[in-house]
Amino acid sequence: MSGDWPLWEVFVRSRRGLSHTHAGSLHAPDAELALRNARDLYTRRSEGVSIWVVPSTAITASSPDEKDPFFEPAADKPYRHPTFYEIPDGVKHL
Amino acid sequence: MDTGAALALGDDALVLSHRLAEWAGHAPVLEEEVALANIALDLLGQARILLSMAGDEDELAYLREERAFRNLQLVEQPNGDFAHTIARQLLFSTYQRFLYEALAGDPVFGPLAVKAVKEVAYHQDHAEQWTLRLGDGTEESQGRMQRGLDALWRFTGEMFRPVEGLALNWQKLEERWLASVTAVIERATLRVPGGPRTGAWAAGAGREGLHTESFGRMLAEMQHLHRSHPGASW
Repeated sequence: MSGDWPLWEVFVRSRRGLSHTHAGSLHAPDAELALRNARDLYTRRSEGVSIWVVPSTAITASSPDEKDPFFEPAADKPYRHPTFYEIPDGVKHL
Repeated sequence: MDTGAALALGDDALVLSHRLAEWAGHAPVLEEEVALANIALDLLGQARILLSMAGDEDELAYLREERAFRNLQLVEQPNGDFAHTIARQLLFSTYQRFLYEALAGDPVFGPLAVKAVKEVAYHQDHAEQWTLRLGDGTEESQGRMQRGLDALWRFTGEMFRPVEGLALNWQKLEERWLASVTAVIERATLRVPGGPRTGAWAAGAGREGLHTESFGRMLAEMQHLHRSHPGASW
């Protein structure tokens, strides 16, 4: 039966100030029930303060076949990482 | 303290918790199985607190005979199909929510009621969401939902017979319950059952220890492990 139901992706914000993080997916007949199922499946042990559900079909994902053109060029450009700066001693929380 | 009221409320929670737990491994979908189990566990938590107020929780849950249980007959009714379970949950959770709200200022039950009412509000919402979808769903789901409500309606009068030790306006509680349940049933394009809720043709003497046929079997299953292995622990 759940095979007939659409798949939803669940995003949970664990604390105020943090962003929503992908927690998993579930089946539900509509958005309202998806939200409730997400509450039962992913926030039972006080993992969250806010939930988003998104139909899985609404997500456009990069394809594993395109992995190289998408991500490879970034790997050999270490100058893009902020690792060439001296960090003054006074700077905290970095 | 008179333990009668704690026993009545505790037995409601315990027995319904066990009925809902019977869905484990049998629910129509995994997501719903988890939802029903969560509700069962919420109720079990309430039952433990309430039964501890009345005595030793294990002794009360596992070693009492059928006639010593004080739960409503509604909560012991077998699960039936999913719509039947949802109907039972809608009728009971709406009652339990308003009951706990009314008990918020009670010196004995207030602390529990204030905490549990949030859980119960979710149970009620869950049952309401499903009532709306099954009622206003397919011909099949509407028929099942209506049959569930029709079959359980005659057990609902018992909920509003005063329980000794609970200082409540029971009539007001019943009016609130009826208005709320009626609104959901009508929104779900279902009929409010026409059968009697009180009087000779209605059911319900669970609070006096009289229970329906299937309750004995349920108790046997619930109690057999503890009775076979007294004092066993993991």
